[in-house]
Amino acid sequence: MKVKLRIWRQKNSQSKGKFEVYELNDVAPDMSFLEMLDSLNQRLVKEGKSPVAFDHDCREGICGSCGIYINGRPHGNDHRTTTCELRMRRFKDGETITVEPWRAAAFPVVKDLVVDRSAFDKIIQAGGYISVNAGAAQDANSIPVPKHNADVAFDTASCIGCGACVAACKNASAMLFVAAKITHLAQFPQGRVEAPERVKRMVAKMDELGFGSCTNTRACEAECPKGISISTIAKLNREYITAKLKD
Amino acid sequence: MIEIFSSSIGKKLIMSITGLFLMLFLLVHLTVNMLLLVGDGEVFNRAASFMATNPAIKIIEPLLAIGFVFHIFYATIITLKNRRTRPVGYSTTSSNGLSTWSSKNMYILGGTILIFLVIHLANFFWKLKFGTVEPITYGNETMANTYALVSGLFISYWWYDVLYVIGAIFLGLHLSHGFWAAFQTLGWNGTKWLKRLETIAYVYAAIIGTGFSIIPLYFLLFK
Repeated sequence: MKVKLRIWRQKNSQSKGKFEVYELNDVAPDMSFLEMLDSLNQRLVKEGKSPVAFDHDCREGICGSCGIYINGRPHGNDHRTTTCELRMRRFKDGETITVEPWRAAAFPVVKDLVVDRSAFDKIIQAGGYISVNAGAAQDANSIPVPKHNADVAFDTASCIGCGACVAACKNASAMLFVAAKITHLAQFPQGRVEAPERVKRMVAKMDELGFGSCTNTRACEAECPKGISISTIAKLNREYITAKLKD
Repeated sequence: MIEIFSSSIGKKLIMSITGLFLMLFLLVHLTVNMLLLVGDGEVFNRAASFMATNPAIKIIEPLLAIGFVFHIFYATIITLKNRRTRPVGYSTTSSNGLSTWSSKNMYILGGTILIFLVIHLANFFWKLKFGTVEPITYGNETMANTYALVSGLFISYWWYDVLYVIGAIFLGLHLSHGFWAAFQTLGWNGTKWLKRLETIAYVYAAIIGTGFSIIPLYFLLFK
């Protein structure tokens, strides 16, 4: 199949980027989006041009490295997929595909489609962990955790920190990411000990880094490749309000 | 504790609490207004007079004004801050199939409602409070003929009827998102409640939107 790519090219964080158009005539429908970009890059290298920079690692939808805004949606127009899992058969033959980096003040563009998502790391460093020394794995059920809590923790732990929620949000809010982490850690007895401090520190860091507030448009939930629900944001609000009320 | 309101969640909390208070007010307002459709206006006049002279209302009225001011002020603060979070926008955006138009345009909807509110206050509240409204006597009770004021406006000027219907539709759209979002911001939501609250929000918004539309349309078409 043939595709026409409109790709955002930007030399570095200081330079002003612009769209450039590339045409590919031999795209296999079963290629992933990143494989398609690989083939474009091979051509660009052969032509002595600079290849398109993009983040990628596992290429099986679990590392959270890849993340491209494709045809007006984070990770493209497919349900619960990361960019690496998106297949070219999802596009029409001859289609023009617009390829942009995540856009957010907190995620500055490094080069082309690569953005600096270390803001997420800073939020995690602010409190997204459990300080107790857990030691070796305990016997099963020595610390009872209700089934519901275990399920919620598992669902929210599936957040890969790709940043699609921020990219999709009209306010570039990181609420879904923070909510997933808060909800995940708050489910267990070990995590409850520092839960009030954790939520206060992580929310303060999120605000400080220039993410917006939540308008409940549900765009994050719609675009999350792991299908994390905005009900976690309600949980985050609850945790935060109760922690602050106790101050 | 008070510094909660300097955080992004705290500011949204103000929007939520004031929003819920204003929504409660709208329900009371609509209930009284529906009496406009009953009989020759005596029931409505008596209800309006009860509201105007009730000491509880004297306390709630300034609270309501504060509610409006905070809701509008914080909406502006939040919107201005959120506008700065994406200095370079996307060249293309497409629908995700889940976000409603109202949810993405709450500030614009709110601004339109504010314009309507100013006209609405000038039409009725200002005249009742500071102007002269013809009195009417029922038995040995004399009160302001609020019914005549309302019906007069809606019967004489068709464009006011259109304006009020548009205002009610915009308000309905604002509430269809605002209602459930208020509970979400308060933290009262979950996977089960999300669907329920959304349904209640649509029902509530439909009641308020159609309820306030029926009144001008009734005077335009049947009086």
